[in-house]
Amino acid sequence: MATAVVTPDPRPALRRNLLPYALVAPGVALIVGVLGFPLAWLVWLSFQHYGLRELIAHQGQWVGFDNYRTILIDPLFHQVIGRTLLFTFACVALTVVISTLIAVLLRKVRRAVRVIVMSALVFVWATPVIVTVDIWQWMFDYEFGIINYLLTRLHAGNFIHHNWFDNPLQGWTVFVVVVVWGAIPFVAITIYAGLLQVPGELLDAAEVDGAGAWQRFRFVTAPILKPIFLIVTCLSTIWDFGVFNQVYVLLNERPSSDYYTIAIYSYRESFGVSQYGLGATIAVLLVIVLVIVTLFYVRETIKVADIT
Amino acid sequence: MIAEGLRVRPSEETRTVNRVRASERVKQLAYDSAGLLVAAVMLFPIYWMIITAFKPGRDILTLTPKWLPAPATLDNFKDAVARPFFLDDVRNSLVIVAVMLALALTTAFLAAVATARFGFKGRTALLVMLIAVQMVPLNSLIIPLYMQLDNIGQVDALPGVIAVYLAAVLPFMIWTLRGFIANIPVELEESAMIDGCTRVGAFFRITFPLVGPGLVATAIFGFIQAWNEYIIAYVLLSSPHNQTLTVWLASFTTNHGPEWGPLMAAATLTGLPVVVFFLLLQRYLVGGLTAGAVKG
Repeated sequence: MATAVVTPDPRPALRRNLLPYALVAPGVALIVGVLGFPLAWLVWLSFQHYGLRELIAHQGQWVGFDNYRTILIDPLFHQVIGRTLLFTFACVALTVVISTLIAVLLRKVRRAVRVIVMSALVFVWATPVIVTVDIWQWMFDYEFGIINYLLTRLHAGNFIHHNWFDNPLQGWTVFVVVVVWGAIPFVAITIYAGLLQVPGELLDAAEVDGAGAWQRFRFVTAPILKPIFLIVTCLSTIWDFGVFNQVYVLLNERPSSDYYTIAIYSYRESFGVSQYGLGATIAVLLVIVLVIVTLFYVRETIKVADIT
Repeated sequence: MIAEGLRVRPSEETRTVNRVRASERVKQLAYDSAGLLVAAVMLFPIYWMIITAFKPGRDILTLTPKWLPAPATLDNFKDAVARPFFLDDVRNSLVIVAVMLALALTTAFLAAVATARFGFKGRTALLVMLIAVQMVPLNSLIIPLYMQLDNIGQVDALPGVIAVYLAAVLPFMIWTLRGFIANIPVELEESAMIDGCTRVGAFFRITFPLVGPGLVATAIFGFIQAWNEYIIAYVLLSSPHNQTLTVWLASFTTNHGPEWGPLMAAATLTGLPVVVFFLLLQRYLVGGLTAGAVKG
């Protein structure tokens, strides 16, 4: 309607058509230049024998699929990839469920309480991961850690001088706690922000029609929140699958192979034993597994984005 | 009888109303307590860090923990700040974040305008690329990034790290800003143009101010990402005077068993700028995130 009234752009059509490309150019150049090239190099490197000698000579040795063969029959790799997937699943599921509960709770509490909870979430969110890792390391300290003291006092068993990292299952539980605790703020606040957009009249209408709290969430709120759930689940999966800092730094940069995630395994192969080719192969496999796992979310997300 | 009924009914009604109110109050109390419990659990680790940082050494290593720092001391902070390279690394972190943010906001904004306001060939491909890039964990690119920067002599130099962070945050920033700009009706700009604004003028007078919250939200995101990043900085920046605060912080742990007091003080200092930045700007954030997320 209004467009018809606007005087036509006097500039030549070609210049107008080039404008969007000019606007996009710097960003695309940066992304492709800084990340695209290394990504291509990573793939190329995964087909090379590339050790310390090759690094100094700047010249690798083409070995075809040898690296992939070595890694794919390596029992440690199978163990690591299974463990990383399980860890990711546990973290993402717990993060999304707990965050949703917190987001719903945030709508129910009185204003003052909401401000307190939001501030707490923001504080945790803003705290650097490395800082939180140091805090948790201190809290789980086997000798003077507050967690052992509290668990013992709460009669959950005798945790005096209990080392959480002797047993990998307990150690991984600690990492799930650390990662989920750190991930909750972003997800909870995002879902809460989404909840605010659910029209109150729709919920009221559903209640009048006899829908219970769960039905209202399932049939009114959840569909409206779908794009937000897609994005937070997808991002959480990507972040948790690539977990490195929490495990690596909490174990004083010397994790045993029981505590390898794919990212740590790749890093150790490259910078620990200078097998850059093998490290690159593991990194490529990491990306491939991640793409397969998140394909569904990405497709849905793009669908949602293209509609608007 | 009628009179009696009239007298009884109101009092019965008030009683029911009171009962409903009471049960609602109990419910509200339950919600509020649950909320406070969530806040307490989330905040406890941070509380414990700050408390530990203010305790003298003999109060830290106790089998029965002290819940408050009495007596409190600043010794741990003095110890942490006096460690080598603290000021260097503070400066490096600030420079990296400031330069990176300025460049990222400008380029992301331009690209976001293009994808939100113009239909052009390759737009969908670009959007798919923006998502695809975010799927590749930065950690997996460390090896080739290191080699690439080594080739152009930018290993152990801040510009290399800035470029990597910049490319890493751009996809998310463009994506989020795009959502903000798409949310602003084009009709607003068009009516400004009817009133005599040029296209550029309309954009800067109408759209730009409305995108403010979006810029703030993405700035916070970029600040946190860059300030908190560890592994890239750890690998790329090898000399201590070139490192960032997170690397400086990690170097505390390995020496000879962690010294919890100074470590917690250092951790408090490292986290402080982000918390301040965040608290200053957070009221823009909630609206910002939804705009970005819902509009894709």
